[in-house]
Amino acid sequence: MNLPLGTGAARYIGQRVLRKEDPRLLTGRGQFVDDITLPGMLHVAFVRSPVARGRILSIDTAEARDMPGVHAIYTWDDLKVRPVQMLSFFFAPTEVPCTPLADGRVAYVGEPVALVIADSRAEAEDAASLVVVDYDEEDPVVTIADARHGPPVHPTTEHNIAAQMGDDEVDEDLAAALAAAPYRVRHTVRHQRISQAPMETRGVLATRDGPEELTLYITCQSPHLVARWVSVALGLPQSAIRVIAKDVGGSFGLKNHPWKEETAVIVAALLFGRPLKWIEDRYEALTASNQCREQEMTLDVAFDSEGHLVAAHGDYSVNNGAYPQGADANVAVHIFMWAAYKLPAYAFLTRGWYSNTPGLAAYRGPWALESLIRETALDRAARQIGIDPIEIRRRNLVRLADQPRSTPFGMELTDITPAECLEALLRHFDVAAFRREQAEARTQGRYLGLGFATYIEPTGSAGSMAPMTGELAQLRIEPTGKVTATMSTHSQGHGTATTMAQLIADRLGVAYEDVTVYEGDNTRGGFSPGAAGSRQGVIAGGAAIKASDLLADKVRTLAAHLSNASIDSVRVEGGMIHVDGAPEMSRSLKELAEIAYGEPGRLPPGFEAGLEAQYRYTPPPVTFTSAAHACVVEVCAETGFVKILRWISSEDCGTVINPAVVEGQIAGGLAQGIGQVLLEDMPYDARGNPKAATFKDYLLPAISDIPDFEYVHANTPSQSVGGMRGVGEGGAIIGPPTLVNAIADALEPFGGLADFALPLTPSRILDVVEGRNISGDAAPATTAPVAEPEAVTAAPASVGPAQVDGTWQIVMSTPMGPQEMTARFRSDGAAVSGELESAEGSQAFAGTLDGNRIRFDLSVEKPMKLTLKYDILIDGDSLTGKAKMGMFGSAKLSGQRTGS
Amino acid sequence: MSEPASEFRIDMTINGRRHTGTAEARTSLGDFLRGDAGYTGVHLGCEHGVCGACTVIVDGRAVRSCLMLAVQANGSTVTTVEGLAEPDGTLHPVQQAMREEHALQCGFCTPGVVMTLAALTAGDAEPSEDELLAAMSGHTCRCTGYQGIRRAAKKLAAAARATEGAA
Repeated sequence: MNLPLGTGAARYIGQRVLRKEDPRLLTGRGQFVDDITLPGMLHVAFVRSPVARGRILSIDTAEARDMPGVHAIYTWDDLKVRPVQMLSFFFAPTEVPCTPLADGRVAYVGEPVALVIADSRAEAEDAASLVVVDYDEEDPVVTIADARHGPPVHPTTEHNIAAQMGDDEVDEDLAAALAAAPYRVRHTVRHQRISQAPMETRGVLATRDGPEELTLYITCQSPHLVARWVSVALGLPQSAIRVIAKDVGGSFGLKNHPWKEETAVIVAALLFGRPLKWIEDRYEALTASNQCREQEMTLDVAFDSEGHLVAAHGDYSVNNGAYPQGADANVAVHIFMWAAYKLPAYAFLTRGWYSNTPGLAAYRGPWALESLIRETALDRAARQIGIDPIEIRRRNLVRLADQPRSTPFGMELTDITPAECLEALLRHFDVAAFRREQAEARTQGRYLGLGFATYIEPTGSAGSMAPMTGELAQLRIEPTGKVTATMSTHSQGHGTATTMAQLIADRLGVAYEDVTVYEGDNTRGGFSPGAAGSRQGVIAGGAAIKASDLLADKVRTLAAHLSNASIDSVRVEGGMIHVDGAPEMSRSLKELAEIAYGEPGRLPPGFEAGLEAQYRYTPPPVTFTSAAHACVVEVCAETGFVKILRWISSEDCGTVINPAVVEGQIAGGLAQGIGQVLLEDMPYDARGNPKAATFKDYLLPAISDIPDFEYVHANTPSQSVGGMRGVGEGGAIIGPPTLVNAIADALEPFGGLADFALPLTPSRILDVVEGRNISGDAAPATTAPVAEPEAVTAAPASVGPAQVDGTWQIVMSTPMGPQEMTARFRSDGAAVSGELESAEGSQAFAGTLDGNRIRFDLSVEKPMKLTLKYDILIDGDSLTGKAKMGMFGSAKLSGQRTGS
Repeated sequence: MSEPASEFRIDMTINGRRHTGTAEARTSLGDFLRGDAGYTGVHLGCEHGVCGACTVIVDGRAVRSCLMLAVQANGSTVTTVEGLAEPDGTLHPVQQAMREEHALQCGFCTPGVVMTLAALTAGDAEPSEDELLAAMSGHTCRCTGYQGIRRAAKKLAAAARATEGAA
């Protein structure tokens, strides 16, 4: 949608205006959680498990309690008097029992076992070191490979599969298509574990203000989401919870909602009755905060003789750790894998695995592996087929002319432009000249490489998941004529106070300096999940525009009334109201506001006094951002070091509110992507001990690792109000494949890069250059076949209607947890009919009976349009079977006869 | 084990004002500045000397306040990020350059970056672009990809050259 001009002539949208946040942050006046001190405040330190798995035999706090400055030491036995239900980001109870402090067992090194309250953090740490915990240590499950075969991490589960979707076996037709294709690439990528590592660690200051009143200062991604989470988790009325987070030092997914430590501090503050502060130190942050990525995937992809995609299969696994923030098989990897490509057939198996390591949390572009493995597989295929990497993308990408079009998962594409971004990029980069330079350099023993990647990213999502709501803008023109906006947004560096003010100033016709945006306090503004899913520019931007337009109408209505002019003749510019053709009637917004608030007698009939407006904007379900990136590297064949020489981003992020903010988001994401490819690694030893405990071990990119980024703006406005597209995560998604492809290109004279594991350390690069195993881990882990949940087994002897007919209680195991239903079967020869009743209602079906095997189809609308194919075996009074859920694979069924 | 003499009297000048307080022997300068003196613009990012967020100026030199003890800074003149701007709010040239170049997002690492650049550009210093960029390699920023920090450093080096030319 093209944005019509605002009320005024001042244009702030698209301008590189200075940020409103910066003066306070540059002068040390920011307000981060550790900057808050409350009267009577005490400090918390945790006693943490030194073993990855085991039973707690005893906890002795006697000596620690006697230390100076110590007020209390709490274990789970003390905290559990105040019940708490740990929740995922979607407010769903954790799939396995999870308590803020360990409840009898520990499941990862660093798990909090006890909490010390003392006058100072130093005294709390002193005392924590004197708490004696006796463990019966067990052998841990650390890696995905361990999880496949090791004992269950949790006593309550039968295996270590935390979540699963897709098909255990490759469909026959798909297997045939893969086998028959002229070209086929089987590509395995292993992604290391990453620490989100925001510069401000986690922290909370919790104070009980009354029996059920709680104030939290907490570093988070949305004070609204934290308030809602805490209210559900603790069973408190949300009205009693105030959450304040004015400035947050980065988050990147980690601080979506409280986890064990924050929750333990909140519960302890409720019990102890004094304000308690816990500020995570960096050692805790690196070793005991939740982490992310650690994935393995094999993509099997086939092409025709022209390099067109024919079919693909993906087998994906992600380490969920012991207590993920929602057990996750990351189906989004598959949903977005081919969303921008023309691929006839795709199937997958996707699983999340429990292990004795810190839990999985979100990180910028949680599904990003799809772009990494797809884009590197495409380059590998292009080399095999003998076509250029650019050409293979041109032949397979969905172009504007191909739309509207549905993705393999039924998402509607109307305006994605990765192919167009690629063409725009190529107008800024002379590939032929580079290839000449590369050939010349190779003759001198210098190895240059060029990498491309293209992708689309779902942004601004709303309406499909509980926390992913619209955004609210509440605007006032104050009696002073200045504008105050209370937004549901939250910035952890995003600059939303700036971009929202730009939109509001632009649409209202006032000076940017005269707009102040408030956020960071759940009692100001309505619910939103804050910075999650690249949404704020898209959705809150739309809300700011809509609310501004409502308010502008009010201004013009009142001004027209006062001037006895038509509303169309009223303009607002620079905070002044002008009436066309009547310059003498110009007045300031302040004069108008004074009348609107203070002189009700002068208002038009029915006009609500004051100048206020609000709007909650719910955008289209998803807004896609597209991009193509290119980078040039030089790989040193002597040392294995990679130097990035050039990087170009060609991005379609719709209407750009502030280019400096947009480029800042892209650059920050790219830097994190570069860190993932070259530097960052959070390894664990065989006993589950973290091997990166400081920033000397966990290597974050420094200024010398990051090149100057160049930007090609290939923007087309989106369908959302204002035309914005989200840009928060893209750099972290497209950065890694772009860089890996460049390195692979540089390594071409040495046979190139095939399967790979990140990070591509110098020794791993030298594995390729020298053709021998220097790193010690040259062969990436392969996705070994595993014993799968049992499939429907061979049919025993035929059974009569008496054994089939009746009422059955059935449990379906789905990725969302067990679903109970009641089935009634009536057989008639080879036909069977009946009803299936679940929480969603009752549905009739008709199918076939073959021996003791019942098969029927049922179409459902929720959670999405799907045809479920039931395949059930009756064995006496029990049944087993599966329901195939389209591309999402099969769900196991088990049941018992409850009536005839 | 004998009881350590736990408290030391600390006397220092912070941002032009005298500050007297007490600190344990083990208290870092960073903790002292934040907790005892109330200069919360000093940010502790790693407490092991890598990230640079806690950098302050002690007797003219940029120092990681997490690696210096408060007792070591006794009697010193200390400048924190709160002490750079003019009393009327006019930003220090380093702060101004950082602002113009969008060199920050979350702002947590920012005070350290500002203090290192301020120390290196103070007075008659004429740091080269390479010197400033090399010094920036001692600061970790997780948000910006260093694009604005690099531009600000280049701008400050250019300004130093221009001053030199004019002199």
